[in-house]
Amino acid sequence: MSRVLMKGNDAIGAGAIAANCRYYYGYPITPQNEIGEYMSSEMPKVGGVFIQAESEVAAINMVYGTSATGARVMTSSSGPGISLKMEGISYIAAAELPCVIVNIMRGGPGLGNIAPSQSDYFQATKGGGHGDYRLIVLAPSSVQEIYDFTRQAFYLADKYRIPAIILGDGFLGQMMEVVELADSAKDDEYARIPEKPWAITGCKGREKNIVNTLLIEPDTLEKHNWKLKDKYQQIAENEKRADLYRVDDAEILVAAFGISARISKEAVDMARDEGIKVGLIRPITLWPFPDHVFKNLDSVKGILTVEMNTGQMIEDVRLSVEGKIPVEFYGRTGGNLPDSTAIFEEIKRMGGM
Amino acid sequence: MSTVLKKTRSLEDTKLHYCPGCSHGIVHRLVCEVIDEMEMREQTVGIAPVGCSVFLDAYFDFDIIQAAHGRAPAVATGVKRALPENLVFTYQGDGDLASIGMSEMVHAAARGERITIIFINNTNYGMTGGQMAPTTLEQQVTTTTPAGRDTRLAGFPIQVPELLSSLPGAVYLSRVSAHNPKNINKAKKSIRKAFQAQMDGLGFSLVEILSTCPTNWRMNPVQSIQWLEENMMEIYPLGELKSVEGVS
Amino acid sequence: MAFKGKVTIDREKCKGCGLCVEFCPRGTLELDKKINTQGYNPAVVTDQDNCNACGFCFLVCPDMVVEVEKIKEGSK
Repeated sequence: MSRVLMKGNDAIGAGAIAANCRYYYGYPITPQNEIGEYMSSEMPKVGGVFIQAESEVAAINMVYGTSATGARVMTSSSGPGISLKMEGISYIAAAELPCVIVNIMRGGPGLGNIAPSQSDYFQATKGGGHGDYRLIVLAPSSVQEIYDFTRQAFYLADKYRIPAIILGDGFLGQMMEVVELADSAKDDEYARIPEKPWAITGCKGREKNIVNTLLIEPDTLEKHNWKLKDKYQQIAENEKRADLYRVDDAEILVAAFGISARISKEAVDMARDEGIKVGLIRPITLWPFPDHVFKNLDSVKGILTVEMNTGQMIEDVRLSVEGKIPVEFYGRTGGNLPDSTAIFEEIKRMGGM
Repeated sequence: MSTVLKKTRSLEDTKLHYCPGCSHGIVHRLVCEVIDEMEMREQTVGIAPVGCSVFLDAYFDFDIIQAAHGRAPAVATGVKRALPENLVFTYQGDGDLASIGMSEMVHAAARGERITIIFINNTNYGMTGGQMAPTTLEQQVTTTTPAGRDTRLAGFPIQVPELLSSLPGAVYLSRVSAHNPKNINKAKKSIRKAFQAQMDGLGFSLVEILSTCPTNWRMNPVQSIQWLEENMMEIYPLGELKSVEGVS
Repeated sequence: MAFKGKVTIDREKCKGCGLCVEFCPRGTLELDKKINTQGYNPAVVTDQDNCNACGFCFLVCPDMVVEVEKIKEGSK
C-alpha cells in the first residue's frame, strides 16, 4: 500500500479510478476545479473518458447516458452547479441508475462566494430534484475519507442502483493530507463492477432493454414509487453510519458532520480537559441519517449541532431525538470556520458553567 | 415472382398513438428500414425525447433510453463514448432540439460526437397542444402566438442545419421532407447517409425532416401536406447543407 | 416490365388520414363510408386490378396499415 500526500479534490479522482470508474463529465466551478483537471490527465492514462461538458446540465445527462450502459461514471460540481443538475439527478434516481456525484460546497445561496460551506445539506438529503426519491449521501471529514468514501460510493451506487453523493466542502477539497491508497493488486470489493442485465448495450442475444422514467398509467407509476420506497427502506436498514467520539458517559453531545466535526472534536477535548462530560456524534451517512445513535440517550441533557450554515442538519437531529432532548445550534457561514474555542464556550454554557 | 412492401423487422407490430396523418409514423418506418438494411438492429441505441415521440420505446424493437427534455444529445454522448461501436441516434422534435436543447445539440456537433440526430420539424410544440416553437414561421398562429408570430416580439424561425454548418465537427447536415413519396424516398437515403457517416467515424450528423402536424395546424392531413409545401419549404429549403469528404 | 399490385389494408389499424387515397395515382383507394371500431373511415381498395404496385400508399402511410405485393405482370 502506498502513502501519498494528496489534495482532497485529487483524492476524489484517485478514489474514482481505484473503483474502476472510467467516465468523468464535469464543468469548471470553484472550489472543485482540480477534480476535472485531475481527471483530464488521469482518465486517458487508464483508457477512460474525460469530457469537459458545456454545462453542468449537459454533464449530468452524459452521466445518465453512460450509467445506462452499465459503466461506472462520475460528475462533480459545487452548489450552483448541483442545482443545475437536479432534473438529471431525479431522472437517474427514477431510472434506478447508479452514479457518483460530488459536491464540494461553497458559500450560497445564489452565486454566494467561493469559500467553503456546508449549506447544501438540505439540497443533498431532502431532494433538490422533483419527486419521491433519495440519494445516498456520504460526508467525509479528511482526505483519507474522501478517497475511501468515493470508492465506497461507487460500490453502494451499484449495489442499490441509486445515485450516491459525496458531500465535501472547499476546505476538504483544497487541503492536503496523507492518503493510504488502495492496493490495486488486491481484490477490492469496491472495485468490482457487478453484472447489469438491465444495461443498454445493443439488444444482441436478448430482448430490448429500455431505460425510461415516464410511466403514464397512475397504477404503474405508483407501483414504481413504492418499489423505490422499499429500496430506500432497505438502504436505511443496512447502511446508516456515524462516528461516535467520547459519547459513553456524555451529558452533552455535539453533533456535526464533515469539517465541522473535525473542529468540534478539538472543542470536545478542550471541554473534557475541564471535566465536562461531552461527546461528539459525527454522522457519516447524511442519508440515510443515523438517527439510531440519537436514541436511548438518557444521560444527555442537551445537544449542540455545529454546522457551517444557518441550521440544516439540526432538523434531522431534532427529528431523531423526538423532542426528548433540547437541541441547540452554533453555526458560521459565508466561508467562516466555526472556531473550536467558540464551540467550547457554547459547550460550557450548555453545561451550566 | 413478387416482392412485398411491409413492416420491417425493427418496427414493433403495434398501434401508433400519433394523430391521423402525422409524419412521425412515416419517419419511424424510414429509420427502422435503414437500420434493418444496414443490419444494425442489435447494435442500435435510440434516445427518445420529450414530445409526441416520447413513447417511441414502444415502437422500436431495439435498446432505447428516454431522455430529459432537450438533453438527448448529451445522453447520446454518454452512450456513444461508452459504446463507440454502436449506432447511437436521437430522435427529437423542434422544441426539444432547438429550444431547450439548443446548447446540447450545438455542443455535440462542436465536439464532433459520432451520433446522429433525427430532427422532426413541424413548426410547433405538438405534445403540449401547439405552442410556438423556434421553428414556427413568421405570422404563424399558434396557441402562444394567437395573433400570429410577430417577429418584433417573438423573434424569427431558426434554420438548424444552417446554424450548425460552420462547426467542423458536423460532417453531414441535411434537410428533407416526409410529405410525399418522392421526398420520403430522398429522406430515407439521407438518413442512411447520416447513419453511415456515424459508423464510418466521421463525426456528427443531423437530418431535419419537414413534417406535418394536422391536429395543431388545425387542418386535415391532406391540407397539411399542402400547407407544408406552400409555407415551410421556402423558409426551410431542402438539400444537403453540408456533406464532407468521406460521406458516402 | 410492368407490375400489378395487391394492396391489403389493416382495417382496424387505419386512422382514415386519407394520405394513401390522395397519393394513389390510379384511384385504387378510397375512404370507406363505413367506420371501423376506432371510429375512423378506413381506406379500402376499390379496384385491385387497377393497381400498378407503385407503392405510394405504402410510402405515405404513417401507421403500417398498408402492405403491397408487387407482382410482375405475366407471372403467376
